[in-house]
Amino acid sequence: MDQRKCECGHTNPVGTLLCESCGKPLDIELVEQKEFPDMRYEGMARRSQTYTTRIVDRVWNTFSSVKIAIWIIVVILVASGLGTIFPQQQFIPVPVPTELDVERFYTDTYGVLGTIYYQLGMHNMYSSWWFVTLLVMLGTSLIICSLDRVIPLYKALNKPRLNQHKSFLKGQKLYAEAPKPADRSEQELLEQTAQALKKKGYYLFQTDRALLAEKGRFSRWGPYINHIGLILFLIGVLMRSLPGFHLDEYVWVREGETVPIPETPYYVKNVAYKTEYYTEEEMPQKLDLNGGAIAKSYQTDAILYLNRNADIPGAKPDLVEVKSGPIIVNHPMKHESIYLYQSGFQEMQLGALNFTLLDVKNGNKEIGPIKLDLYNPERDIQVAEGYKVRVLDYFPDFAMGKDGKPITQTNLPKNPMFAMEIVSERDAINEKVVYLEGSILTQKNDAQFGLKISMPDLIDITGLNVRTDKALPLVWVGSFIFMIGVVMGFFWQHRRIWIQFQDGNILIAGHTNKNWFGLRKEVEGMVQQTNLSVTLEDKSKV
Amino acid sequence: MNKKNRIYVRVAILGLLLVALVFALYSSFVKDPNAVKVGSTAPNFSLEQLHGSDLALDDLKGKGVVLNFWGTWCEPCKAEMPALQKKYETYKDKGLVVVGVNIGESPITIEPFINQFGIDFPILLDRKSQITKLYRIGPIPTTFFISPEGKVEEIFIGQLNEAMIASKVEKILP
Repeated sequence: MDQRKCECGHTNPVGTLLCESCGKPLDIELVEQKEFPDMRYEGMARRSQTYTTRIVDRVWNTFSSVKIAIWIIVVILVASGLGTIFPQQQFIPVPVPTELDVERFYTDTYGVLGTIYYQLGMHNMYSSWWFVTLLVMLGTSLIICSLDRVIPLYKALNKPRLNQHKSFLKGQKLYAEAPKPADRSEQELLEQTAQALKKKGYYLFQTDRALLAEKGRFSRWGPYINHIGLILFLIGVLMRSLPGFHLDEYVWVREGETVPIPETPYYVKNVAYKTEYYTEEEMPQKLDLNGGAIAKSYQTDAILYLNRNADIPGAKPDLVEVKSGPIIVNHPMKHESIYLYQSGFQEMQLGALNFTLLDVKNGNKEIGPIKLDLYNPERDIQVAEGYKVRVLDYFPDFAMGKDGKPITQTNLPKNPMFAMEIVSERDAINEKVVYLEGSILTQKNDAQFGLKISMPDLIDITGLNVRTDKALPLVWVGSFIFMIGVVMGFFWQHRRIWIQFQDGNILIAGHTNKNWFGLRKEVEGMVQQTNLSVTLEDKSKV
Repeated sequence: MNKKNRIYVRVAILGLLLVALVFALYSSFVKDPNAVKVGSTAPNFSLEQLHGSDLALDDLKGKGVVLNFWGTWCEPCKAEMPALQKKYETYKDKGLVVVGVNIGESPITIEPFINQFGIDFPILLDRKSQITKLYRIGPIPTTFFISPEGKVEEIFIGQLNEAMIASKVEKILP
C-alpha cells in the first residue's frame, strides 16, 4: 500500500529518506529533499511518521516529536525556577498551623506578589497535579521518542550497508574519487586497505568489489541507554509515594528516654549523647578561637527496639532489642530498611532538680537528698526514715496567669516551679515550700525545715533523623546506567569507511557521528599507507 | 512488526504510562494517606487513664465520642473545659463520652488542673505524644466528634462553647 519502490528494486516504507537497500536518497517524499539527508537515523523511516489515523497513533506521534519533548523540558525548567522565587510551604520558617496562616504568611512577607504566588498554588508547586503531570509527560516522551528511533536505527545498523549507491557515498561529508591505480588489481587494493584499517581497529565487511570498515558502533546506543537510566530514575522517584517506601521523620530523645518512631513499630532509646571537641594538641596550627572549640564528633549511643505490641497505637509496648550501638554523623544506625542519622542536639538541658533536706532548727543538719525529675516527677519521695516530701504542684514552664494564678506556658521544663509539702512523721510537722527560679520560698518565717539547692542533673537531648528509602537502589541503578550511556556516547564515535570500485574509479567515503578530525586522520593514514593518489573532500569544513 | 501488532504495542505502552500518570496524580492529591479526615474511621488506640486502667477507643463503640486533645499550658483548652464537663453531664445518659487526651504532661501537673474544674470524664495520658501524632494534631484544642460506628463526623480546631458542643453532639448521639 504505502510503500515505495527504489530504482534498485527495494520497496521502502513511507518516510524513508535513504533506500534501505542501496542507500540512494529517495526524492519524492513527504519532504522534498534538497540536500543529502541527515545521517542521524541512517535515513530510516521513523514509524511515528507512518500512521496518523487512529487516536492512539496520534497520541503516540505527539509524544514521539523531539520538538514537543523540548517544549516539555523548557516548561519544566521554567516552572522549577518559578517555584524557587519564594519558599515552598514546607520551608516556611515560622509555624503555620492552618491554611489561613499559610496564606497570611505569603501576603505579609511578600506583599501582592506573595498573594498571587499563593493563589496560583506555587507554594506547593513540586507536588502539584500539573507539575507531576509534566514529569510523567516527560517520561512518556522519553520512552516513545527513544522507541521510535532506536528500533529503525538498530535495523539499519544491524545490516551493514556494503554495496551502496554512488549518490550515498557522494553524499557523505568525507568523500574521495580517483582513477583506480593501474599497478594493482581491485582485489589487491581492497586487501591492502583492509589491512591498513584492521590495524586501526576496524571491523571489516567485504565483497569482491566493496569494503566497509566500521568501529565504535555501540556508541550509537549511548543516548538510548542513558534514557533507560533516566526512566528508571523517574520510576524510583515515583515509587517513593507507595506506602512504606519512603519515610523521613525526626525524633528528639532525652538521655535515658525511649521514644516511639512515628509510622514504624520501632522505639529508640538514647543511652548517652556526647559531643567531642578537638584538643589543642590535635590542631595543626594555633587557632584563635576566642574561647570556642571545634567539634570532632557528635555521637549518640542508642538502642533500637521492636514493639511486638504495635497493633494498637498507644498501648503498653512490648519491646525487644534489635540493635544497639553508636550513631555518629555520616554513620547511621541501620536496621533492615531503617536508617537513624545523628542530626541535632541540645546539650545541658535541665533533667532533674536536686535538693538536700535540712533541719534548720537543728543547726542545718542534713536529712537526705531529694531528686525531682522534671519530666516525670514522683508524687511522694521518701527522704529518710520518718521524712517525706510530697509534690503538690508542678508547673514546668512557670508564669503568672492573667487571673493571678500560676500557669505553665509550655509542657517543657524551661522554668520549673514546684510546690512541695515536707512531712515529718516523727515531729508531726507539716510545712510547705516552693521552688522557683533558683530560690526556695518557705511558708513560715521560722520554718523547721529548709532545702539546700544542689547541682541539677543536666542531660543532653539528641535529634535523630529516621529515614527509609526503599526506592533509592533503583535511583542509584538508574543514575549509573545513565552515566554508562553518557560515557558511551561521549567518548566513542561510530566511524565507517566505504571503499568501492565503480566505472574504473576508486570511491572512498567516510562517516562518523562526531570527531571528523579523527576520522579524516585515519582515512589519510590509510591512503598514505596504500599509496593511493586521492584527494579527500571534506564537506564538514564548509 | 505488522500494523496490528504495532497498535497493540502502542496501546499497551500508552496504557502503562497512563497508569503511571494516575498513580502520580493520586499521590500528589493525597499527600498524607493516613491523615484522619472527616468521614474516615477514627484510628483505634489505647492509652493509660489518669485514674484507672487503660482505655481503648474501640471500647467506646456504640457511644458518641468527643475526643478532645488538650494541655494545661493552653489557654483556650482551659477555657472550654467547663463547657465540655457540663455537656458531658447533660448527654452522659444519652450515650455520650467525652475523652480528654492530655499531650505529654505528668499526672502531677494534670491533677490540680482537673480538680480545679471538677472534671470527671476520662482523661488519657499521651506521654509520648504518639496519639497526638497519629491524629496529626497541630494547634490545640482540637476536638474530634466520632459517631457510635467509629466514624469521624467533625473536626474542630479552637475553643468550643456549650452551644457549639450541643449542636455537634446531636449528630453523634446513638
